[in-house]
Amino acid sequence: MSLYGALWRCLPGPLPVRLVLAALLALAAVAALFHWVFPALAPSVPWNDSTVGAAAPARSTAPAPASSS
Amino acid sequence: MLLRRASSDGGAGVRAEEAVVGLATGPVPGGPGGAVPVRRGSPSPAAVATALLGELLVTAGAVLLLFTGWQLWWTDVVAERDQAVTTAALAEDWRSLASTGAPAAPATQEPPELAAPAPGAPFAVVHVPRFGPDWPPRPVVEGTGAADLEAGVGHYPGTALPGQVGNVALAGHRNTYGRPFHDIAELRPGDPVVLETAQGWFVYLATTAEVVLPSQVDVVAPVPGRPGDVPVERVLTMTACHPIASARERYVQHAVFDRFVPRAAGAPAELALPTTAGAEVLA
Repeated sequence: MSLYGALWRCLPGPLPVRLVLAALLALAAVAALFHWVFPALAPSVPWNDSTVGAAAPARSTAPAPASSS
Repeated sequence: MLLRRASSDGGAGVRAEEAVVGLATGPVPGGPGGAVPVRRGSPSPAAVATALLGELLVTAGAVLLLFTGWQLWWTDVVAERDQAVTTAALAEDWRSLASTGAPAAPATQEPPELAAPAPGAPFAVVHVPRFGPDWPPRPVVEGTGAADLEAGVGHYPGTALPGQVGNVALAGHRNTYGRPFHDIAELRPGDPVVLETAQGWFVYLATTAEVVLPSQVDVVAPVPGRPGDVPVERVLTMTACHPIASARERYVQHAVFDRFVPRAAGAPAELALPTTAGAEVLA
């Protein structure tokens, strides 16, 4: 009883086919993370806070030293 | 509960538990014929939960590793590609402008006034010979938001435009997203920083550098360090994070305007040299 075990049992076909399908699924998962999930998360991590100075109330009036990591 | 927990023990244990259960609760639901609802080989809920938790934790670890790889490697790949596309598109625009018989550059070397760029729009290309031949010129876009700094070097809105009296303030990533200002600390006094626009090249020469806190916005004031003063000089200020891969401080490089080279005059000699003529070799 396991997530990946259940996934493996869901895959059809003989072993080589299953291996290829599993690799494709893993690739799709990584692609989705790289393309959608990580870019959405990036603004929330502290080391990407590229406008620390501009986080002050004077955001719209005073430019701040930006850019990080 | 007892019934299920018995399952993992195997033969003798199971039988012992069955006996206990039978004694404690009387006839079991499975019937009197010995059909006890203990499925041999099916793990206990605790074991299942532990296994699932373990899988989730391993998956989370793999995702975090992937995020690190994405941040440190993939953002560079994507940003460098996108910024190269932007630079090429700008060069193409400027070529077509020149070929459509745009008015010849004025004889005077007084820099032309630029129109205010739209937010997010690329309007210039920055050349920094000190950063070496492997450092492609980067587009300068209006704004310093996260998306702007992924698209290239960001121009602080409200600061001077290239050639204007005042302070042209630029921000760039020192790491990730193409890391345009990764080598900002390699700049030495006198190193050229050239802003190329449709009109030509605005040559600035590096002066001093300093490390400040992110809250010290006066480094990008029209007169750096003196907010409120009316500028008379044309200067440029580059900001990047410091130390590398941290947002704790800012590395700030100042530069002063040297001259304007109209497009018709051809690219300034500084762009052909890896460093300023006769200057020290890049360490």
